Amino acid sequence: MEYEAVIGLEVHVQIKAESKIFSRVRAGYGHEPNTLVDPVVMGLPGALPVMNKAALDGIIKAGLALNCTIPDYCKWDRKNYFYPDSPNNYQITQYDQPICDGGSVEIEMPGHNRGEMGEHKEIKLTRIHLENDVGKLNHFSEDSLVDYNRAFTSLMEIVSEPDMHSGEEAFAFLTAIRQTMIYCGISDCDMEKGQMRADANISVRPVGQKELGQKIELKNLNSITGVKNGIEYEIKRQTRELKKGNTIKQATWRWNAELGQTEMMREKEDAHDYRYFPDPDLMPVKIDDEWRNRLRDEIPELPWNKQRRFLEEYSLPYSITSVLVPDRELSDWFESAAKQSPKSAQAIGNLVVNDLLRELGEAGQVLRDCKITPDSLLGLVQVVEKGTIPKNVANKDVFPEMFKSGETAEQVIERKGLKPDFDEDQVKVWCQEAIDENPKPVQNYKDGNEKALNALLGPVMKKSRGKANPQLVNKLIRELID
Amino acid sequence: MQDIFYKSASELSELLEKKELSSVELTKAMIERTKSVDEKVAAFNSFDEADALAQAESSDARRAAGEAKGALDGIPVGIKDNMAVYGQPLTCSSKMLEKFVSPYDATSIEKLKTQGAVLWGRLNLDEYAMGSSCENSAFKSTSNPWNLDCVPGGSSGGSAAAVAAGEAVFALGSDTGGSIRQPAAHCGIVGVKPTYGRVSRFGLAAFASSLDQIGPMTRNVKDAAMLLQAISCHDERDSTSYKISTPDFVKALEDQRGHKWTLGLPKEYFANAESTPAMEPVLKAIEFYKSLGCEIKEVSLPHTDYAVATYYIIATAEASSNLARYDGIRYTHRAEKFDAKDSVDIYCQSRAEGFGEEVKRRIILGTYVLSSGYYDAYYLKAQKVRTLIRQDFENAFKEVDALLTPTSPTPAFKKGEKASDPLSMYLSDIYTISANLAGVPGMSLPCGYSDGLPVGLQILGKPFKEDEMLSIANEFEAAHEFKDQHPSL
Amino acid sequence: MSDTHIDIEYTAKLARINLTDEEKEKLSGQLDSIIGYVEKLEELDTNGVEPTAHPHPVYNVWQEDEVKGELSTEEALKNAPAQRENMVIVPKVVD
Ligand SMILES: [Mg+2]
Ligand SMILES: [Zn+2]
Repeated sequence: MEYEAVIGLEVHVQIKAESKIFSRVRAGYGHEPNTLVDPVVMGLPGALPVMNKAALDGIIKAGLALNCTIPDYCKWDRKNYFYPDSPNNYQITQYDQPICDGGSVEIEMPGHNRGEMGEHKEIKLTRIHLENDVGKLNHFSEDSLVDYNRAFTSLMEIVSEPDMHSGEEAFAFLTAIRQTMIYCGISDCDMEKGQMRADANISVRPVGQKELGQKIELKNLNSITGVKNGIEYEIKRQTRELKKGNTIKQATWRWNAELGQTEMMREKEDAHDYRYFPDPDLMPVKIDDEWRNRLRDEIPELPWNKQRRFLEEYSLPYSITSVLVPDRELSDWFESAAKQSPKSAQAIGNLVVNDLLRELGEAGQVLRDCKITPDSLLGLVQVVEKGTIPKNVANKDVFPEMFKSGETAEQVIERKGLKPDFDEDQVKVWCQEAIDENPKPVQNYKDGNEKALNALLGPVMKKSRGKANPQLVNKLIRELID
Repeated sequence: MQDIFYKSASELSELLEKKELSSVELTKAMIERTKSVDEKVAAFNSFDEADALAQAESSDARRAAGEAKGALDGIPVGIKDNMAVYGQPLTCSSKMLEKFVSPYDATSIEKLKTQGAVLWGRLNLDEYAMGSSCENSAFKSTSNPWNLDCVPGGSSGGSAAAVAAGEAVFALGSDTGGSIRQPAAHCGIVGVKPTYGRVSRFGLAAFASSLDQIGPMTRNVKDAAMLLQAISCHDERDSTSYKISTPDFVKALEDQRGHKWTLGLPKEYFANAESTPAMEPVLKAIEFYKSLGCEIKEVSLPHTDYAVATYYIIATAEASSNLARYDGIRYTHRAEKFDAKDSVDIYCQSRAEGFGEEVKRRIILGTYVLSSGYYDAYYLKAQKVRTLIRQDFENAFKEVDALLTPTSPTPAFKKGEKASDPLSMYLSDIYTISANLAGVPGMSLPCGYSDGLPVGLQILGKPFKEDEMLSIANEFEAAHEFKDQHPSL
Repeated sequence: MSDTHIDIEYTAKLARINLTDEEKEKLSGQLDSIIGYVEKLEELDTNGVEPTAHPHPVYNVWQEDEVKGELSTEEALKNAPAQRENMVIVPKVVD
């Protein structure tokens, strides 16, 4: 019998903000324990929550970017449960009236090879809601220590429909969410810093069966590859169990990345009875079109749309767009050069994706600090197009200098004496010499073998000590023979 | 001359201004009075003599420098022990917080500090403000200064008793279902529960967030107006604080003098008049208003009979969640012995030891009404009935300026009398609870005696019309002697 | 009065309060009678009535995202029953 997996994800994303979601104490990561605290964050008697406008803006923007409906009204509820990382022993969240309804995420599956675009799919969302993050437990052999710095950081929970079927799809889903959040400036989604965290609900059923199999919850998926590997492992495990005729029991499992396997945390959940009720300390939120539209206007062109446009407007190969587009800054940098001369876009794209990224990597720099500008890069491409210097010289000799010094292409060519010390008439003379010295390929060409003239290129380049422009040489030889 | 400890805040303010009295002298008088009578009254959980005197000295220094901060500067005000004062204990009269010292100030406290008031002592209450007798305090049972065998009422029983006994010029209480008005009535003082949202709840240990309000407990109406004015504000730190300016409540008392008010008598509150011991003085008070030329109208609050049930669902549900933070982890009592292998036992044991019986009862009731399968039948239902109760008041206030009722069906009862029957204790709040559900302001004003114990007249006002409510009270007070009558201790 | 009986065991566990057997017995009797009393709300027809969560409903009460106010670590932890390395000690919990 064939089996298929059904996967739903719950993704928690921290919203970037100066202060916390229900308190104006600083939000941050990597601070000394219990330094980002105040009466609200410690859950002291008498402390009261007050909404952070930036968190609301962030989640509405995220919802709009992920095709959610933003209802006119949402409210806050308390989810009551005891845990040492939760200062009030309730989480302020949104139960039956979340701020974002529905929605979908466009994902891309891997192509057949790196140069080919893979299939695009749409994964449906159930909802996105806003809530407070909790503190952090540090475990020791005898006890645990609680740091409340993270408590009350703005957190949104993106809940997908059970709409995925493989680890790869889950991977693509998280990647797409991450890129969208980064593009919109909502979150950096650094999983190492806990800015993005995922839990998966996974079940397996015989192909053709309508109802879902018994799901298990998989936690501790701490990286995007962890999500993929953990889910794939768990699907295999469940399939194996079912094939053996065993049943899957409801339970919570965790991914152990070190051992590369899933392990059970707890068998049946205690029947969760969260006693949700509207938080009396917080007023509901009303959202109008003016607010929605203002935030919609702040959403930049989203990655998949940009990629489609780059493919079309600039005729870029997929492999270049797939490097440029995920990085909003890099793609904008590219485009500010390319839009001035769309016919040069591919050459610009190549220089950016190969040469610029390499130099940045070697220099340990980021784009923002680098000396080369989109305009000067365009200048380099145009120098090649004009035939002033050949492409290999431009890439090998000119570009690295421009990167180091911030000079224009012309300045580097001048300073390093890369400009040929002969003119077109001299090249013409060398071409005639080569024609005369190589009668055989010339005859072959005349007999209809187009490629035969390639044999003349070498001798001319040799005469010019490699400085002649190959395109120019080709053109002149043809003119002289025809 | 009248004893200094029974002078009103406005009189004291004048003496301080004329430098006929210093804040240190006044504060010392409070300390002396407290030391001499609090053994009997047991109003204070604690007081910090040195701290109070230091505040008084600063006040005197300010005044000497011509920098006095206004009418309250240098006047001692007692604080119910459920409001945060930096560096002072905040116990909520619970073992849970027996050793807790607040690292921050409540907004009302901050406001009193900026106006130079001397924060004086921590006043007893029913644990976490849950109760109507002050018998639910983990530390002591406060006595009614008029009869030490009787309860002072609750939950702000310590505040009421201290003010009645001259141990504080006035005090702050908090009122969730009558916790200011009922003890004020029982102790023969004035107690005001402002409109919900008038006074910030920031720094008030929450009992039931949608019902709680801080308010003044004083020996006369003018002092109540002064203190209410001092603590009212729109507070950015409390999302339920209402964006509305604070009127000059003291000035309004003069401005509205002699106004012919239209006053409503909710017929449901007077249905059992014969069997209500506190009714007689209230009926006399109504006659008084008639004699002033006020129009007295019968009105109906048809859902009155459901108020106590609605209240006990909403208040306990909110409390069950609000009190979850007292858990043995961050700052409360932690059980010494618990089963470390059972991950929840540290909570269960710390809470078993830290909470008293009434608090446990209410937390469990609140947990029950929210629990899976019961939410719609209890909590949601109660929220809907709350809407009907609010509408009752809206309708009544279309016809009248304010409502007159008894504050409590009986005067103060004997200690222990109702302790074994929680439901009968809950029913003693029958006249006060609706104002919290509707969010309207209410106050109690001494209007006579029954069996030698004070009886309160309750006035319920339109939302944010505390000025009118206080003016109505002022008319009665001005024509009677009750504010000058004090228990003999 | 209805014959609702509170499941005291379950509810006390949810509320995280250990009760002795006597407490359980006493409390469940008292709570049954209180619950019986509050069930009088059933008499009322509340069809179409909106629930009240706040006495004076207003909306959109927020602050702009500006950092203000904090507690020092020392003050935040000064009431802690047990602490080490500026963190609160709790028994080892399985997460
Ligand atoms: Mg969830
Ligand atoms: Zn969540």
